[in-house]
Amino acid sequence: MNEELKEHISECLKSGIRLDGRGLEDLRNIEIEANVIETAEGSCRIKCGMTEVIVGVKLSVGTPFGDTPDDGVLMVGAELLPLSNPDFESGPPSIESIEVARVIDRGIRESKVIDTKALCITKGEKVWMVMVDICPINTDGNLIDIGSLAAIIALKSATFPEMKDNIVDYKKKTKKPLPLKNFPVTATVVKIGSNFIVDPTEAEEKAMDSRLTVSVTADGKICAMQKGGNEPCTIGDIERMIDLATAKSEELRRHIGG
Amino acid sequence: MGLLVKERSVVVPGEVLAEGLDFLPSNGTYRHEEKILANQLGLLVVDGKVLKTIPLSGRYLPKKNDIVIGRVMDITMMGWRFEINSPYTSLLSMKEGSFDFIPKNANLSKYYALDDHAVLEIIKVTSQNLVDLTAKGPGLRKLKGGQIIKVNTHKVPRIIGKKGSMVSMLKKATGCKIIVGQNGLVWVQGEPKSEILAVDTIHKIESESHLPGLTERIKSHLEQTLGIKIEAEPDQPEEER
Repeated sequence: MNEELKEHISECLKSGIRLDGRGLEDLRNIEIEANVIETAEGSCRIKCGMTEVIVGVKLSVGTPFGDTPDDGVLMVGAELLPLSNPDFESGPPSIESIEVARVIDRGIRESKVIDTKALCITKGEKVWMVMVDICPINTDGNLIDIGSLAAIIALKSATFPEMKDNIVDYKKKTKKPLPLKNFPVTATVVKIGSNFIVDPTEAEEKAMDSRLTVSVTADGKICAMQKGGNEPCTIGDIERMIDLATAKSEELRRHIGG
Repeated sequence: MGLLVKERSVVVPGEVLAEGLDFLPSNGTYRHEEKILANQLGLLVVDGKVLKTIPLSGRYLPKKNDIVIGRVMDITMMGWRFEINSPYTSLLSMKEGSFDFIPKNANLSKYYALDDHAVLEIIKVTSQNLVDLTAKGPGLRKLKGGQIIKVNTHKVPRIIGKKGSMVSMLKKATGCKIIVGQNGLVWVQGEPKSEILAVDTIHKIESESHLPGLTERIKSHLEQTLGIKIEAEPDQPEEER
């Protein structure tokens, strides 16, 4: 990161304005398109400023884990494609992509949005497995929030494929949606100097001191958190970040529509 | 016979532009027997007898004597390698890097460190597209502060305007320091609010450059946002960089 730019960003923040003209607590404009992939059970394409993410949900039948014989399986994967940002490399998953996938996974899993018991077909033998894949098409920061919003919308748009004699026919979709309730929304607050901002761009993410990602369920409970960045936070900082993230998650929740 | 498509229309590769020997092919066009065809997507320009296309987008192709903004991507034994938004690598040699004497074994990052930005001039482009740069010359320097934005290389002439009229209007209205590199990188520095206005206006110029009456539209946009009257620009004698 260019030190000059870092300084410039924090100087601008001091006067309450960001490089793209937003206020400190303003989100970028979000455009959402659900069910964009024909072959996936559910999908979503989301644009937030310059960041663009496609999420696909695939359902398949598999064996459950031994310790949870009557629970369905959720898997969240993120791949940071080199085409979306010159900083991303192809090859084994980078730490960033693992973090994105894990934080989104944690938000979905811990909010209990998917009723995993309802995904059970035969106890101990067969369950539905929900696979969520997150693909950034263009990256300009805030992948976690945008990715998780897209993941929730994709899950919401997903329907089961038809199953006959224990064989899944992916060509035929039923109208049965996934068993979902209590959608979580993830919001990230970034601290640069003594300023707190939301929905950071890529430049701001590079200039950040620390960040806190908070997932909030529909009834206002915090179900997951992740701290990032190299600088420590005081308890006061954390409290402020949680308050801001909770407020912003309500704003993001409007896009889910109930 | 003659010209088959309208001037300033969008042409696609392989499109027959003219028949007969009345016209000559130039950049982005070629002759095939008695026809002239386009080999690039772009706007057709008829300059007397010469046909050429102006590409709508694409990367910057280095040209001698262009002023560009570059970012240090590597420090080598001989100097600095700059990223100039082009497919080719460019080198700033130690001799051209500074007016100061650079002693043997000096730490080159004292002059230009990695990720630093600088305004440079292209002094040579070889047939193999190796680009040589210089930092010696009027207005050439390391950039401190401000932000750098990327615009379409082919829209740079619109941002500069006739004899620099557009960019000097922008500078005057916003009070920002602006340097437009031919390679599509623009450096803007000023008060946070006016800097954002300048960046917005540059993007506006970029997206509306094909419509007529651009200068007037930009002028009224600036006047509206700032709430001041901008006087008509007298012709600027010096070439704007």
